[in-house]
Amino acid sequence: MTLADYRRRRGEPLVAEEHEVHAEHHPSALEYLQIGGILAVITAVEVGLYYIELDFTLLVVLLMVLSLAKFSMVVAWFMHLKFDSRLFTIAFVTGLVTAMSIFAAALATLHGQLV
Amino acid sequence: MAVGTGHLETSTGLDNRKLLMWLFLGSECLFFGSFIAAYLLYRGRSTVGPYPEDLVDIPFTSVSAFVLLMSSVSMVLALAAIQRGNVRNLQIWLVTTAILGLAFIGGQAYEFTEFYHEGLRIDTNLYGTTFFVLTGFHGAHVTIGVLILLSLFTWSLRGGIQQKDSLNVELAGLYWHFVDIVWIVIFTLVYLVQPQ
Repeated sequence: MTLADYRRRRGEPLVAEEHEVHAEHHPSALEYLQIGGILAVITAVEVGLYYIELDFTLLVVLLMVLSLAKFSMVVAWFMHLKFDSRLFTIAFVTGLVTAMSIFAAALATLHGQLV
Repeated sequence: MAVGTGHLETSTGLDNRKLLMWLFLGSECLFFGSFIAAYLLYRGRSTVGPYPEDLVDIPFTSVSAFVLLMSSVSMVLALAAIQRGNVRNLQIWLVTTAILGLAFIGGQAYEFTEFYHEGLRIDTNLYGTTFFVLTGFHGAHVTIGVLILLSLFTWSLRGGIQQKDSLNVELAGLYWHFVDIVWIVIFTLVYLVQPQ
């Protein structure tokens, strides 16, 4: 059984139907603008945090959380991973996780001295 | 071949071009991940100045980050337009995205020039090496993205892009959004998180 057969049995669209189906599921222009507005607000909050006297560890954690939120929103909505095949997610996340693993290995090699 | 679509049926049931683009973007994570990791691992280890805290201009870079973020919005609006068959709006949003991309590149060129005048070159210290290599490669990616957008725009003016060709715009969009998310990470780790 090919992956195409498997997807057909699961009711997932194949190439021929894919473009029409995904176009229907994509958010509207208004939703895209709303997401853009949220991204702009998060960026403003990030910059605001930079100027506030905060504990360094807390600042790093907050900035990382906000950055991750922006990253996820762009990937999920603008790049349509939320609506697309899981195979695309696997292809992308594999690269992402491998990159982070290499960084972790390099960090361990240098005895965890980041700063 | 599926009737009326011009797309071959594939063993995965997915369009091979789109799958290839996602695999490429996965490999790009490794590419930029390596440079970001190198920047972080060598941060604070420069023995001579200038240091990041002497150079970084957060208000200016924040505007650049905002510009690139908004270019992602215009890019996705370009895709939404062609998926509805609206070629005119596609052209407007493609040009808007390209202009925002050029504004970002202009900002980066200005920043690099300022850093150079302040004494930071690629061989000055570890900060100079890791900073210029990381942000330089990102800028090169944005430049390639602008060229792709302008090519699509020119193509659409010649009537080469219709609703059935929306995948071409989607693929360009995936590349563009990836360049944007890389900057989201760089903006946080390289500019906002300064070692104390």
